[in-house]
Amino acid sequence: MAGAKEIRTKIASIKNTQKITSAMEMVAAAKMRKAQDRKNATRPYADKMRNVIGHLYHAHPEYTHTFMKERDISRVGYIVISSDRGLCGGLNSNLFRKLTREIKKQQEAGIQVNFCIIGSKALGFFKRFGGKVLAQATHLGDAPRIEQLIGAVKVMLDAYEQGEIDRIYVAYNGFVNTMTQDPTIEQLVPIVGEADKELKHHWDYLYEPDSKEVLDGLLTRYIESLVYQSVVENGACEQSARMVAMKAATDNAGNLIDELQLVYNKARQAAITQEISEIVAGAAAV
Amino acid sequence: MAMTIHIDIVSAEGAIHSGHAEMVYAPGVMGELGIAPRHTPLVTHLKPGDVRVDTGKEMLHFYVSGGILEVQPHVVTVLADTAIRATDLDEAAAIEAKRKAEEALAGQKEAFEYAKAQAELAEAVAQLRAIEKLRKIKKS
Repeated sequence: MAGAKEIRTKIASIKNTQKITSAMEMVAAAKMRKAQDRKNATRPYADKMRNVIGHLYHAHPEYTHTFMKERDISRVGYIVISSDRGLCGGLNSNLFRKLTREIKKQQEAGIQVNFCIIGSKALGFFKRFGGKVLAQATHLGDAPRIEQLIGAVKVMLDAYEQGEIDRIYVAYNGFVNTMTQDPTIEQLVPIVGEADKELKHHWDYLYEPDSKEVLDGLLTRYIESLVYQSVVENGACEQSARMVAMKAATDNAGNLIDELQLVYNKARQAAITQEISEIVAGAAAV
Repeated sequence: MAMTIHIDIVSAEGAIHSGHAEMVYAPGVMGELGIAPRHTPLVTHLKPGDVRVDTGKEMLHFYVSGGILEVQPHVVTVLADTAIRATDLDEAAAIEAKRKAEEALAGQKEAFEYAKAQAELAEAVAQLRAIEKLRKIKKS
């Protein structure tokens, strides 16, 4: 019975791992609900804001803010949103793969690329990948707050305003459903698609203190809220991806245990058979 | 019935209040505003303070740490900030984010090596898994 003991310890160790993965699965499932609720809660703010911006835009079609002006591109910025923790399947690597392809394309066109990093996993990735990182925000926790992002977003917007960056993209995982996450890269600045919205009414607003300042504050907040939305959505993706990955790990551990149990039983049986034949042989010899 | 105006208070992290009111009071940067139905359209920044909503039956109080107020004749929208904003505070946050990026990429090796090693490990594991899969396919 030489191998039997080893197999037994191996089975025990896999069982322990299985316990951990199934616990993680349940935790992720619970967090996923909350993350999804959080994602839905961000929607009204952005919608309302888009409305107000639409109204303002119609009231002042002649005034275009820097954040709405297209210009020639020589350098672009990416805000890359990743999770802080691993064990969530291919979530982050899928996003990075898509991003790498995109960056290659940009570089081939002679466009330089800068980054703003949100989440520890992206930090690890860009350390190896290289590239100029302007700002970072990590360890946001399960319930990210907008003030954790203000600094990082401001760095990018300042760079944009000073003409160091001509376009800003945001890269994150879009939440399709629990099983699917869609790595997404969207243009953030200049703001697209607000101008052509059809509005039934338009008002002649009073501005306090003045229109430029109001629009400034409004657009900055709008962009921040978009980034925040992406972060929250990425968070929901992280939890659901982790849930699925941990479920797969638990199932795999179960299969492994079954296989090992079979091997163990065979070994045990072989040992008994051998013992019997030895006894019989011994008895015959007497 | 008295005339009412629709009021929405939302922040980036969630909707705070939605309902009808006879009067809304808000702390504008240029001074306190009282908004009754059919107020002229207006957009303004808000100071940190109290937004009061008079529903006719009761007075509701909402603290905002700043934000933007938009008034249309029958709709008031408060886009509330959850964070306290000021130019120098934002500036400080921006500098902090920049500093962190520089620190992470230049100095502070230890914490960073760990993240890098982890990333490499994840990649190696993924490769191993792919090889295993290939083997299985070959076998069958």
